[in-house]
Amino acid sequence: MILTRQTQTRISRAALILTGLLGFLICTIIFSIGIGAVKIEPLQVLGILARAIGLDLGIAFESQQQAVMLIIRLPRVLLGILVGAALALSGAVMQGLFRNPLADPGLIGVSSGAALAAVAMIVLGVTVFNANNLLALPVAAFAGGLATTLLVYRVSSQNGRVMVGTMLLAGIAIAALSGAATGLLTFVATDAQLRSITFWSLGSLGGATWETLGVAAPFLVLTLFIMPRFSRALNAFTLGEAEAGHLGVDIERIKLAAIVVTALAVGAAVSVVGIIGFVGLIVPHLLRISLGADHRFLLPGCILLGSSLLLCADLIARTIVAPAELPIGIVTALLGAPFFLWMLIKSRRVGA
Amino acid sequence: MKNRLLAVFSSLALVSLALAQTVTVTDAEGKQISISDTSRVLTLGGPVTEIVFALGQGEKVIATDTSSYFPAAVSALPKVGYQRSLSAEGIVAQKPSLILGTTEAGPPAAIKQLRETGITTLILAADPSVQVANNKIIAIGKVFGVQPRAEALARGIDLDLAQAKAYFTQIKKKPKVLFVYARGAGTLLASGTGSAADGMIKLAGAVNAITGYEGYKPLTSEAVVAAAPDAVLFLTEGLKSIGGVEGALKLPGIALTPAGKNKRIVDMDDLYTLSFGPRLGKAVIDLTFLLHPELKRPSGL
Repeated sequence: MILTRQTQTRISRAALILTGLLGFLICTIIFSIGIGAVKIEPLQVLGILARAIGLDLGIAFESQQQAVMLIIRLPRVLLGILVGAALALSGAVMQGLFRNPLADPGLIGVSSGAALAAVAMIVLGVTVFNANNLLALPVAAFAGGLATTLLVYRVSSQNGRVMVGTMLLAGIAIAALSGAATGLLTFVATDAQLRSITFWSLGSLGGATWETLGVAAPFLVLTLFIMPRFSRALNAFTLGEAEAGHLGVDIERIKLAAIVVTALAVGAAVSVVGIIGFVGLIVPHLLRISLGADHRFLLPGCILLGSSLLLCADLIARTIVAPAELPIGIVTALLGAPFFLWMLIKSRRVGA
Repeated sequence: MKNRLLAVFSSLALVSLALAQTVTVTDAEGKQISISDTSRVLTLGGPVTEIVFALGQGEKVIATDTSSYFPAAVSALPKVGYQRSLSAEGIVAQKPSLILGTTEAGPPAAIKQLRETGITTLILAADPSVQVANNKIIAIGKVFGVQPRAEALARGIDLDLAQAKAYFTQIKKKPKVLFVYARGAGTLLASGTGSAADGMIKLAGAVNAITGYEGYKPLTSEAVVAAAPDAVLFLTEGLKSIGGVEGALKLPGIALTPAGKNKRIVDMDDLYTLSFGPRLGKAVIDLTFLLHPELKRPSGL
């Protein structure tokens, strides 16, 4: 009886936290749509949305506000939500799969491979200023990310079995190799090319259009539906791979599925917004501190907190030096790292 | 009666002015862009901003990018970031009626977003050639309805170029010039062919010391010695960043070249040298005398 009561309080506590996170996400979305170089009041946001589907709520707004919201900000916010959620989810799944707190979505080589493919296309003379060619780079990046993951997978699997420890090391080695190749290309790049490279290595949601959203969204949305299904298996993984097998988890299938879904999600994310570090690493940790290690709560939490934190970071990136913009990767690392350290120190004190 | 007539005439004049302002200009992709409102212009890129000011339309410019720093009046205007890493929203917030830029403006997604918000956006060609520079001036003249002034400006450039040519053809031997783009001693790039620097060196009656590749490549001491330039050309800010002429002479390889031995290290302002804007003719004359020390510059030129 005592045990069930404990479980019940844990569940209700988790439900409370998740509800809080949902509220936080909704607030962040409203602020993200409203705040920026062009200001839009929350009521005007409603008015513009209603007008877009043919309703007139009698709320006054300027056509400039309408254009900014519908053409620039809305796709950007939606992309931010999906990318933030996918990165945090992939991070949690990777950490669970590798049973390593340092794991992040880039571990299987997908982000460094995607960035390398994009940078290679920029530097080796494919015209990036051709407006019709806007999707060529994302497609190349996506393919590059998947190819690198495949390489990491081949190196670390034998007879259809993935050796997680080897994969961790292979991922680090491949990431270092693509990093070096990217560095080499950066070295010979021109000033104009360097600007485009910055976009890929530090990330930006600035290129979000309905078109890019349409290309990346299917992969990202798919991930949000598939990954939470891994939660029971990942819970079993925390005991160890063999123990998970004894508990009836088809470990090889789960490993393969998790790697494929992560590669698709992170590949799609990097191909449209570049490499955004830290979100995939810290969001799962922040949630473990408050929600515990149960993946049934952790994974939905990652969707909510990952998306709201990425939106916050983007809000800062596009307002702090307005009318210009900072790469979002700078913001996530600049704010994420100290906050993460503070959380670590605080939880250590509580623990002691 | 007189007053009424005046009113009729002035309203007629206003109407014709408004009509005259609707023009169609061909952009870099060959598309026809209709422009009707030039009351609030946002310019992207140093040369475009310079041309608009040179045509006397500076007061219509409401914001520019950070690469526009000439003329001095530009510094008081809001800046929307560097033209190659623009944010569409920051630009829309300035409420421009017209965005003027070149193909150097980007990223492409931002330009696409701007077009989708319905702001008239004219993107002109940016290649570093006299022809393209003149076309840019004529196109911008057409945008503001000041073609005669634009044609005069373009003609002035041609005259200046002819004058520079008249001088440098007096010298039989064309000096070999190495252009180095420097941003601190750690970042040194040498210009090959096809760049703005290459174009300027040729216009000033010299030859580029490096012809083996296109665009910019990192400078190596061996390549410098092999190129054996008679003079090394820097941008003023770049030369400062490596410690002036003294610093340049210490760069690997430079001391072993004819330029190093004769201390022929010269510099010119960034925008002035590389922008292929309205001051192109004057810049070529200046560069001609910088690169041909044998020529005596008459006072008043």
